[in-house]
Order: sequence, then C-alpha cells, then structure tokens
Amino acid sequence: MTIVEDNRHLRGALLPILHALQEEFGYIDEQAIPLLATELNLSRADVHGVVSFYHEFRREKPGRHIIKVCRAEACQSMGANALVDHIKKRLQVDFHGTTADGAFTLEPVFCLGNCALSPAVMIDENLHGRVSPDRFDELAAETRANPTAHNQIPRALSHKDSHKGHAQ
Amino acid sequence: MSGHLITVFVPRDSAALSVGADAVAAAIRAEAAKRDLPLRIVRNGSRGMLYLEPLVEVETPEGRVAYGPVTPADVPGLFDAGFLTGGDHALGHGLTEEIPYFKKQERLTFARCGIIDPLSVEDYRAHGGFRGLENALAMSQAEIVKVVTDSGLRGRGGAGFPTGIKWNTVMQAKADEKFVCCNADEGDSGTFADRMIIEGDPFCLIEGMTIAAIAVGATSGYVYMRSEYPHATAILRHAIKLAYDEGWLGDNIHGTDRTFHLDVRVGAGAYICGEETAMLESLEGKRGMVRAKPPLPALEGLFGKPTVVNNVLSLCSVPIILDKGGEYYRDFGVGRSRGTLPFQLAGNIKNGGIVEKAFGITLHELLYEYGGGTITGRPIRAVQVGGPLGAYLPPSQFDLPKDYEAFAAQEAMVGHGGIVVFDDSVDMAQQARFAMEFCVAESCGKCTPCRIGSTRGMETLDKIIAGKNVDANLELLADLCDVMVDGSLCAMGGMTPYPVRSAVKHFPEDFRKKAPAVRVTHIAAE
Ligand SMILES: Cc1cc2nc3c(=O)[nH]c(=O)nc-3n(C[C@H](O)[C@H](O)[C@H](O)COP(=O)(O)O)c2cc1C
Ligand code: SF4
Ligand code: FES
Ligand code: FES
Repeated sequence: MTIVEDNRHLRGALLPILHALQEEFGYIDEQAIPLLATELNLSRADVHGVVSFYHEFRREKPGRHIIKVCRAEACQSMGANALVDHIKKRLQVDFHGTTADGAFTLEPVFCLGNCALSPAVMIDENLHGRVSPDRFDELAAETRANPTAHNQIPRALSHKDSHKGHAQ
Repeated sequence: MSGHLITVFVPRDSAALSVGADAVAAAIRAEAAKRDLPLRIVRNGSRGMLYLEPLVEVETPEGRVAYGPVTPADVPGLFDAGFLTGGDHALGHGLTEEIPYFKKQERLTFARCGIIDPLSVEDYRAHGGFRGLENALAMSQAEIVKVVTDSGLRGRGGAGFPTGIKWNTVMQAKADEKFVCCNADEGDSGTFADRMIIEGDPFCLIEGMTIAAIAVGATSGYVYMRSEYPHATAILRHAIKLAYDEGWLGDNIHGTDRTFHLDVRVGAGAYICGEETAMLESLEGKRGMVRAKPPLPALEGLFGKPTVVNNVLSLCSVPIILDKGGEYYRDFGVGRSRGTLPFQLAGNIKNGGIVEKAFGITLHELLYEYGGGTITGRPIRAVQVGGPLGAYLPPSQFDLPKDYEAFAAQEAMVGHGGIVVFDDSVDMAQQARFAMEFCVAESCGKCTPCRIGSTRGMETLDKIIAGKNVDANLELLADLCDVMVDGSLCAMGGMTPYPVRSAVKHFPEDFRKKAPAVRVTHIAAE
C-alpha cells in the first residue's frame, strides 16, 4: 500500500491516510481497516472508531460526483430547505444515497463558507453560490454532460504533493 | 497605452468562484486576445464585498476601478466601454477604495486581502508583509509576548481569551518540544473570514504562526483545515511551499537560528473538531473527542506537549501588531474588546460580505448601513450572532454594541463575528428545533446531557410544533436546557440551549402556532 508508505512518517498519520484512500478510491473499504490497523500498530476498533466518527469518510462506493448541499442556518435563511427537497426529488435520492445511474451521491453539510451567497452547494470540489432550484438543475445537467470534467483546482485533502519540509 | 501591461484583477476566492469568477477570467482573456489587447490577469483574493462578486478590478493611474457583479456575457460590453482605462459602465463602481462599504472599514487584519496576489511573496513584502516577523526575530520571547498582551488581542475563535496570556503560559512551560496549532475548522454557519484570509493572504497566517512559535519556543506547527475548504487548503499548501523556498519557514528562518516547521492537516467534517481539545485529538489521528480541562492545552496539548491553539483571525492579527506595536492595535475598540473584528454578514442580507470594524459598532449599523437590509426586501425579523451556538436576537436588540461583555450579558456571543440574517418568513420554532438537531448530529457523545438531552430537546420541540401539550412541553424544554447548560463538558452541549432559549423568549408566538383546540385532541390521543 503505497498510500501508507507515503504517509507513515507523519505524526498522527491515520487521518491523512484515510483522506488519501478516499481520494483514490472514493470511499474507505471495509478491507482497508484491518490492513491499516496492522500497518499503524493500532487495534481494528481504533481504526474503525476513527472512520465512523467523521462524517466525511464514506463506507460505500459513491457515484461519479459528490453533491454536498449546505443545510446550515445562513443557507436556511435563503431557502436551503426547499432546495434540499427539490434536489432529493430531482435526483430521486435521499441523503447519502446514490442516483440510479451512478452519477451522483448526495450528502448534507453544515456550512461551506459561502454564507453571503447562500444557498450553497459543492459539486466535487467546486463551490456554487446562490443556487436556486433551477440553477441546481443546470449544474447537475452540466456535470452529467461532462463526465470527465475536472475541477480547476488541485485535489487538496490528502497529503500528496505536499511540500518537503513538513513537521515530521 | 504606454509600454506597460494593464493589470486586471479577478478574484480566486471560493465565493467569487462560486458565482463564476473563473469563467469571467477566461472570457476577459479571450476577449483581450480577440482584440489584440495585451493584459495581465492577477487572481487576487476577495475584497470582501461578496455581493459584488465576481468583482473585476482594473489598475489605473488613479487607483483600482471596480466592476461587478460581472458575468461572462458582460465582458465584451466592458471592453467596448473602455473598462481597461476605467471607462464608465452600468456595472462600474468607480474606485474600489472609494466604495462606501469598503472605505468606512478599518482593515487591520484584512489589510492586504483582495489587494495582493495571494501567492506572491514579493507582493506580500511590498505591502508590509513579514515586517512583524522581522521585528520579532530581533526581540526576546518575553518581549514578543508583551507586545501581544499589550495589544489587548483576544481569541477570535469564540471564547475571547486573551492571546498574550495564553502565549505566556506556553512560553513559561518547560518541555523538549512545543507546538503552535492554528484552528481553521471554521464550522460556524455564517462565518467565512478564516477561509477568505487564507485564500486571499495566506502568508499573513504563516507569518502570524511563525511569530507565535518564536515567542513561545515552538519548532513545529499545524494548521487544522476543515475538509469543506479544499480550495483554501490548496492555496495554503502552496503558500507554505513558497515560504519554505524563500527561507521564511524551516531551519534558520531568514538567516537566524530560529526554526519553525509548518504543515497542514485536514479534518473530516466534524463540527466538534473546532473545539480545541477535540481538534488536538483529531490532529493526533484519533476520534475528535473533547478532553476534560485541566490540563490546559497550553501545558499538555498536542502529543501531550505545551501547545498554542489559536484561531486563524487571532494569528492573522499578530503580524500587524508586531509591525505597528501593541498600542496601535489597542487604540481601536471599546472596553475590554480591543482592536478590530472582521464581521461577516450572511444569510438573507442584501450586501453580504466582510466588514472589518473596531469593536463597539452596533448590529444596527452592520445590518442596515453596511448590509442594506434583507435581499428579499422583507423586514429583518431575527439575526443569529456567533454561530449555531449563539442566540437569536430580535430587532429590539440591534442597538447592542459589538463587545464581548455586552453580548455575553444577553447570552449572545460575538464569537467568530458571524451574523446570520432572517426575514419575517422565518419560523423560530423550526430554528430552535434545528439547533437541537445540529447538536444531535455533532455531539462528540461524551456527556449524556449533550448527547441524549439534544435528542429529547428535538423530540420535545416536535411536539410543541405539532401543538401537543405546549405549556408542559415548553417547561420540559426549559428544564432540558438547564441540564444541558449545567452538565456539559464543552460549549456544544453547554450553549446549544442559547439559540433555543432566545427563540422561545423573543419569539414566543412561533411556539404556539397550532390552535388550542387541536392541542386538546392531541393530549387526548397521547
Ligand atoms: C463546539 C465548539 C466549536 C468550536 N469551533 C471553533 C472553530 O471552528 N474555530 C475556532 O477557531 N475555534 C472554535 N472553537 C473555540 C476553540 O475551542 C478555541 O477556543 C479556539 O480555537 C482558541 O483560539 P483563540 O483563542 O484564538 O480564539 C470552538 C469551540 C467549541 C466548543
Ligand atoms: S458537551 Fe457535547 S460535544 Fe462537548 S464534550 Fe460533552 S458530549 Fe462532547
Ligand atoms: S451556511 Fe451554508 S455556506 Fe455557510
Ligand atoms: S454523533 Fe456522536 S453521539 Fe451522535
């Protein structure tokens, strides 16, 4: 597992490794848990406990794109609840579900840091503001039509490509 | 056009990108090529006038001229109007720095944000960057801590603890290793200042952390970023690399014998990891469970070592304090709230964005003079200040000055400076229910009042909303709130009652919407 090798030197390596795994495979496979436990000299329960604690880590293979819709207060003030209802109906999924065609997995989030331009939605790593139901439909259609479209920004959550001089 | 290239600024701030800034930059580039007009596009941070994003600026001899909000379709028209020389256009706002929203602010922490290229060390230095660190490198540890103490700076992450006192504790601690950790978890709804300054002026955070490290004798540090901020994380990682390349981080900082290694770690979508001890657990690779205090993180923090934990804005205020002196900073503000705070106007507000002002400004000024009222045009009915654990305030309290003590007296919080605005269509019973729901979802699970109390609170509110036995259930809710306040280890359980109680207190009518007749049948049914 090169992901483990790349991150093993980090202190508190488990989270960076889990991020790297999820970035690579889209989720944390059940089989990774005993492996990580052995590699990092932790118990399975420890690893399992960490994976299950954090909302961000997924246990099942997601769709090709992740849609995160903000449910927090600033977005509520601008109609986020109605937007959520619209999205669920339009995609025919509930939160954490994946559309029948495997295009989208829908996830709730609490705040995307775009609270002056609410309601906010993030598709993969692209943030969108002032998302009306119609605007959502456009964004979803664009994303579907362009399956290889990649984010303009680099994937940033894992540690890879990080600078050399990290704090041990 | 004389020899030199015209510079056009199109922000790369996430909020600007969220409304199409990349497409606008591409359209400007394409149109310029078509017209054979050479120009240079700088991707700056945001000026904080988010209601004008994408805000395009053009450098002119008189200063930068602003246009916004610009869509790609507007771009040919802007060229026709001669925007490259500041020409008039329907989207024009004149000189950026003369826009009242911007001009009336007191930008200390955000002085450079939106002005410079966030990933240019040269630009950073040209705008006063690293001067504070240069001063610090020539000072003793105790001298640096004294300047910060004298400035009156208090933690901007929520609790408002004096930064100099915290640093002093870590400085005095004896240990083989110490850490500086930046809390960039920014989980509060209605807040985005941490994200904006990291995206718009990342070296400011690096400089502030390095000064903190030198002051307390730490040699390594981490920035704990939330996973919802991939763009800010990418910019910060890039900036850290540049700082290493130019000798501002690492061994022998700028030719001195000081060392500071800085790294970024990313959370995984848990609000509680913004609580400092949960953050430390998470940095150690564990579940984000809140630790009991004492021991204070300042004495036994990351990996059990003395650790400074500070919010992004606290650390980003340090460079200017070390540059201009503690007194300069302390001269802003009122009472025991010194300096400035970047307030964030969010939610249903016409002119949303960052307003950095000295403490003492009232909510009224922020909401109406800056914010311009709601975007829906309806009256403001309630604002939530200080994040999801902050109270809901009605208009009768909008004259309250922004000051830690004045707000605390109302069970409200200045917190991280977020202000979320609701118009008169809001249902405050639903907002109270959401506060409990949020606590159910985000509790770390350690204390029963928080974990179970919030679930009971949500169920009780559901009954109230349904009109069941309202009086008795309101009483039960009040008791639950008391138990949560008294029996919770941290502010998650301890302050979730604030939005709930304030909603019941200031908006009682929303909790009695169902007619009593309905109520009686429900009681009978139970
Ligand atoms: C539930 C909870 C969430 C918190 N979230 C944050 C946060 O997102 N960012 C932050 O800086 N502080 C947050 N805090 C406050 C931190 O515990 C801590 O006080 C702060 O990081 C200290 O830095 P400061 O003194 O510079 O404010 C939170 C506290 C609690 C109880
Ligand atoms: S109050 Fe809630 S979040 Fe805080 S320590 Fe207790 S259970 Fe955890
Ligand atoms: S509350 Fe939705 S982006 Fe902040
Ligand atoms: S999420 Fe931990 S108790 Fe519910």
